[in-house]
Amino acid sequence: MAASPAYGEEKGGSSSLGEPEYGHDPASGGIFSSDYKRHDDLKEMLDSNKDSLKLEAMKRIVAMIARGKNASDLFPAVVKNVACKNIEVKKLVYVYLVRYAEEQQDLALLSISTFQRGLKDPNQLIRASALRVLSSIRVPIIVPIMMLAIKEAASDMSPYVRKTAAHAIPKLYSLDSDQKDQLIEVIEKLLADKTTLVAGSVVMAFEEVCPERIDLIHKNYRKLCNLLIDVEEWGQVVIINMLTRYARTQFLSPNQNQESLLEENAEKAFYGSEEEDAKDAKAEAASLAKRKPYVMDPDHRLLLRNTKPLLQSRNAAVVMAVAQLYFHLAPKAEVGVIAKALVRLLRSHSEVQYVVLQNVATMSIKRRGMFEPYLKSFYIRSTDPTQIKILKLEVLTNLANETNISTILREFQTYIRSMDKDFVAATIQAIGRCATNIGKVRDTCLNGLVQLLSNRDELVVAESVVVIKKLLQMQPAQHSEIIKHMAKLTDNIQVPMARASILWLIGEYCEHVPKIAPDVLRKMAKSFTNEEDIVKLQVINLAAKLYLTNSKQSKLLTQYVLNLAKYDQNYDIRDRARFIRQLIVPTEKSGALNKYAKKLFLAQKPAPVLESSFKDRDHFQLGSLSHLLNAKAVGYQELPDWPDEAPDPSVRNVEVPEWTKCTIREKRKEKVEKPFYSDSEGESGATESADSEPESGSEESGSSSSSGSSSSGSEEEEEEEEEEEEHSEEQSEDKEEEEEKRLKRKEKEGSRKAAPRSVGSPSEEEEEEEGAKKSKKKKALQGRKGRAETSSEEASTSESSSSGSDSGSEAETKRRKAPPSSKAGPKEISLLDLDDFTPPPPQPIPSSSIVSTSLVTDLEGLTLTDTSLTPTLLSPAFGTVKTYELLHRMAGEGLAVEYCFSRRPFPGDPHMVAVQIQISNNTDAEVKNLRVSEPKPLSGMRIQEFPEIESLAPGDTASVVMGIDFCDSTQAANFQLCTHTRHFYVSIQPPVGELMAPVFMSENEFKKEQGKLTGMSEITEKLTLPEKCRSDHAIVQQVTSAANVGRVPCGASNEYRFAAKTVTSGSLVLITLERREGGAAQLTINSEKMVIGTMLVKDISQALAQ
Amino acid sequence: MIHSLFLINCSGDIFLEKHWKSVVSQSVCDYFFEAQEKAIDVENVPPVISTPHHYLISIYRDKIFFVSVIQTEVPPLFVIEFLHRVADTFQDYFGECSETAIKDNVVIVYELLEEMLDNGFPLATESNILKELIKPPTILRSVVNSITGSSNVGDTLPTGQLSNIPWRRAGVKYTNNEAYFDVIEEIDAIIDKSGSTVFAEIQGVIDSCIKLSGMPDLSLSFMNPRLLDDVSFHPCIRFKRWESERVLSFIPPDGNFRLISYRVSSQNLVAIPVYVKHMISFKENSSSGRFDVTIGPKQNMGKTVEGVVMTVHMPKAVLNMSLSATQGSYTFDPVTKVLTWDVGKITPQKLPNLKGIVNLQSGAPKPEENPSLNIQFKIQQLAISGLKVNRLDMYGEKYKPFKGVKYITKAGKFQVRT
Repeated sequence: MAASPAYGEEKGGSSSLGEPEYGHDPASGGIFSSDYKRHDDLKEMLDSNKDSLKLEAMKRIVAMIARGKNASDLFPAVVKNVACKNIEVKKLVYVYLVRYAEEQQDLALLSISTFQRGLKDPNQLIRASALRVLSSIRVPIIVPIMMLAIKEAASDMSPYVRKTAAHAIPKLYSLDSDQKDQLIEVIEKLLADKTTLVAGSVVMAFEEVCPERIDLIHKNYRKLCNLLIDVEEWGQVVIINMLTRYARTQFLSPNQNQESLLEENAEKAFYGSEEEDAKDAKAEAASLAKRKPYVMDPDHRLLLRNTKPLLQSRNAAVVMAVAQLYFHLAPKAEVGVIAKALVRLLRSHSEVQYVVLQNVATMSIKRRGMFEPYLKSFYIRSTDPTQIKILKLEVLTNLANETNISTILREFQTYIRSMDKDFVAATIQAIGRCATNIGKVRDTCLNGLVQLLSNRDELVVAESVVVIKKLLQMQPAQHSEIIKHMAKLTDNIQVPMARASILWLIGEYCEHVPKIAPDVLRKMAKSFTNEEDIVKLQVINLAAKLYLTNSKQSKLLTQYVLNLAKYDQNYDIRDRARFIRQLIVPTEKSGALNKYAKKLFLAQKPAPVLESSFKDRDHFQLGSLSHLLNAKAVGYQELPDWPDEAPDPSVRNVEVPEWTKCTIREKRKEKVEKPFYSDSEGESGATESADSEPESGSEESGSSSSSGSSSSGSEEEEEEEEEEEEHSEEQSEDKEEEEEKRLKRKEKEGSRKAAPRSVGSPSEEEEEEEGAKKSKKKKALQGRKGRAETSSEEASTSESSSSGSDSGSEAETKRRKAPPSSKAGPKEISLLDLDDFTPPPPQPIPSSSIVSTSLVTDLEGLTLTDTSLTPTLLSPAFGTVKTYELLHRMAGEGLAVEYCFSRRPFPGDPHMVAVQIQISNNTDAEVKNLRVSEPKPLSGMRIQEFPEIESLAPGDTASVVMGIDFCDSTQAANFQLCTHTRHFYVSIQPPVGELMAPVFMSENEFKKEQGKLTGMSEITEKLTLPEKCRSDHAIVQQVTSAANVGRVPCGASNEYRFAAKTVTSGSLVLITLERREGGAAQLTINSEKMVIGTMLVKDISQALAQ
Repeated sequence: MIHSLFLINCSGDIFLEKHWKSVVSQSVCDYFFEAQEKAIDVENVPPVISTPHHYLISIYRDKIFFVSVIQTEVPPLFVIEFLHRVADTFQDYFGECSETAIKDNVVIVYELLEEMLDNGFPLATESNILKELIKPPTILRSVVNSITGSSNVGDTLPTGQLSNIPWRRAGVKYTNNEAYFDVIEEIDAIIDKSGSTVFAEIQGVIDSCIKLSGMPDLSLSFMNPRLLDDVSFHPCIRFKRWESERVLSFIPPDGNFRLISYRVSSQNLVAIPVYVKHMISFKENSSSGRFDVTIGPKQNMGKTVEGVVMTVHMPKAVLNMSLSATQGSYTFDPVTKVLTWDVGKITPQKLPNLKGIVNLQSGAPKPEENPSLNIQFKIQQLAISGLKVNRLDMYGEKYKPFKGVKYITKAGKFQVRT
């Protein structure tokens, strides 16, 4: 509040026009003084040469627009300034133009050329803003120009411009819906875009233009799932909502058959069966019919997994979107996770609470258990707005069950004494609902309600009467006392609804109160003319019923009432009177119906069911406007029912993404972990990967790429040792080659199948399970991989026939046979695996597998050439060298690039780290002009590009060295790798151990230097060495593989010392490892670069812990 | 998505309108006014109103209604959240989100709205990006501008929008590099008549003020991260790092922002720092009642409870109150029937007490219910949950920043039923 006077001053000081209010609010002047004169004045200012005058004029005009005043007559004067150099004037002119262009179409055209020029500007931001304004001008004549501009922008280099293009699509569509087909083409193109910037906007365009074209999503589904976490929050909401719909059409219901015996589902089934609702029954019936075990589509799982972290978003809309996705798509056992997040939103603004509570109310009907632990969060405060109170009450009522009802009722008791009468009325209804739902407390509730009948507030009494009436209907016999009590109330209570309810009750149960009923009728007959219509109708009803049961006492009264009603003003009442008279009073004319009068009036009436108004609202997509209004809003996309048969999952297979391939769970998590490095496709930085996966070191050394490591875990264990040897034998780690090897080994194993498998055998079930759980493995390497998998499967399950055919397969021809043989394999097993990574059976031989077979031959060629080439090329300073993937074969459209840190000094510049890059061309065509371009180093980072590679023949591999000065930081170096046709964004992120070069020094020197680097510069960590890592050799090996350091001689036998200097600044890094009793050890690092020190400690201790 | 926006003040004047698509006539607001009339209280205006051709989604902030016009299906929270973001931005720019502030800066408001939405879809909502595009008004700048005629619009193009870290602007430079974190915890509680706790929960936020040059990469760790049960993050936080290590690792936005908000796990018993003794009674058939409230400290861990304020919505039948307070001052507004007692600091030696007579309307029946007491308080240098920041590390930059952490405990929705 203190700020406001300050602002007053500020305004006074700033405004040159004296009175601050008016200075900035010309409209107020505009209305009172003669309008046109004022505008002339503005026109003059706009025509002047001075920018300041123009600006002042524009500011006034914008203020007029803001107040909703018409400023359209200034159009010509304003439009002239569209090319003004002053950026603020320009922006304000844009504002004006967009506002009035629709009204002054001809004049608006004058400005178009300016924007067309802007579209060609070399600055991406100017291109984008030109497109933005151009597309906002709603003038039908320029549709073709817009179309052209959008198309061009959609293939712009800059993702920001492409984003703007996506925004422009719905604008054009609303202007001219005939352009739909062309626009869909653009959308399709933009959907394939890989940047997070574009994703949200294009999905929004998709939703507005062609939400029915769900087929466009197939190819981009996985990419969208994986990008999701990095998309800006508004885009996330749109994408999640769209994917919910998509998933409903493409996957099977995860709750369809809970009896499934798969271990994976057993748990769900157990919980699921607790809740009994109609839908379950239906689903069960369906599942009985099918009897096919349900296995969740890996893509379905992917979606669930990737959206879950977003529950932690600060944006309520995102949280709600994820919550509805889980509600609609997740297996029952998993839906619970959303409750916590939704409850959190209840602390937000009251509008947010309102919407969230509406949705919680719907959810709590379906899945009560989910919110039960949070019951108390729905307790009502006297300061809550009424609409929130009523919604909370709704939720509390839905959550009530036998165990918590007493707490809830106690809470309700406090509510009844609230000052807010609407809320009290709602509470009484809620009590009624609890009483009907939970038989145990019905009497307690009824007693409580009866007590309320003596409340002073008439509204409360009336509401209680209505609710009591409903409750009594369930068991009238025991409650004649209450009915009598209520009969007395007719004297006092004035609320028509309550009076009507009492009368109905007495009439209905007149045999329980034979003495009172006629008396009540007498009283009512007296006051009949003054009653409200609904009361009159009930009086007639009461009279009729009494006439039938107790005609002796009430005959005359009934006649009297009917006569009064006959002359009533309301025709409904006259009608009713006539009808009833004919029915009950026997005359000659009265027909056959007379006999049945008693049956008609005193039939057993079913008790009313008190239901939540939120029941069945869940057929609307939760979180949508339609759900909130409980009516279909314009443009609402129906949430489809689950399909009975899963549509072909292979439509989502793509021959690109790096994403889809990182299938091992840790790998994917890692992707999620670093939101803003997601553009980089290389290995994650030392810090992050080291933190997230403890065994990453082994994995990385074991299998250099994600695809390599995606073979199942058991396989890996089994081969770890072998692989290590392999590394020392031949330094080149072409992963293809490695896989090839593995394949061969597998096959050999297959042929040895008679002998029991020594290490791998216990993994049988595990492997199967893995296969089922693990989502799609390596889409890309499909055919080949699929075969590797099956052959391994066969080896383990000892399938005689097919493994027999595989056993001798050295020849390539045999390989070609492999895919059919895998198909021929036993269905049970192949179902689990093939589902995941090969197209389903119906298609005889999928094209992708043909492609990949040819790839196999390519690769074999590669293997041969490689082995002869690489050993000489790459000989690292120490035993093992890790290679990292820079560009995957699939992402690079056949161009595979890997890099490793050769640990040699970079020839040109001693401050640079040498990065050895190995490029292999797996395409059928020659790749030309391979070079690095547009390096975008962070501050201080320098990149020495490698010489351009003129051409690379198909199947060829080239190895080059480039130098990067990382400035002693583990920040990634980003650059583009260009070929003659494509650009690939890549980045290299160095592990901290590679940022240094070994230094050789004596023990004394070492001690001296160490003495200088104590205190803050010293980092110590205790660790335990595993069994196999206690020998001298192993320790040295591990340390030197983790970091590029040189060993320093040391007198003590239980101490190891290493030294290095950081490459850029040359700061010393001293490592001391002291081995103690029983595997304990202490690692000390002295370095003035503390960050490097800490990271190094982490890396080394991790390397040693393996 | 969002078609138009109208800003309406409490007296029902539409003082600003902005359209992102074709113009929607002001008359659409009539439906809103109708609903407003029906609701009586401003808080009870339904946030979503359906009209024949449009849907109106509104929020109420700082005595202003932000009414947006929607034509097609859109998640309501999407719009509500966005509108709140707009209000936050105004607050950020002008120091307050009031009608006068908006009217005074109508051009900046318009420029902001233009950047925040494109065709009704949010474009740039991060305050760091917006501030690069449109400079917030300061006294100095407006003086300079009025002399030189230069503008508030940044002439540099916003590169932040293009970066991987859209929440941080590039090229930040400070001479004093500082990072401050305020750990603010609020106790939500309902205490029943007898003084026992019906419901209590601790909700916390960490608000940060980061003024660091360059691209610092911070990691903040806690002594006892397990306390945090449910956390929501600013987008800058690396989620996976939290999952695996319970460390907040992030490249911060520049300036003030909310880093996380969290809820302390419900298993922990909440220490309620104050107790209230109350005796409020109305006599039958006499137009007066008694009122006697004492507030005392309880489990406050050796810290003083300060800033204590009690507000009570008295029943309608109350005409006036004549009370005497042993400490602080009280006011009673006979129109809204709100009693406010500003107590200040609680000293255990002499407990503050408010006592006296309540005058009722003569002839009116005795009020059925007792009002509930809303208590506010503040405890400096204490996080009631026991949460403690362990350390803050910075990577990526060479300088040594000044770091500070402050703890405050406050009453959130703290209500005592009587």
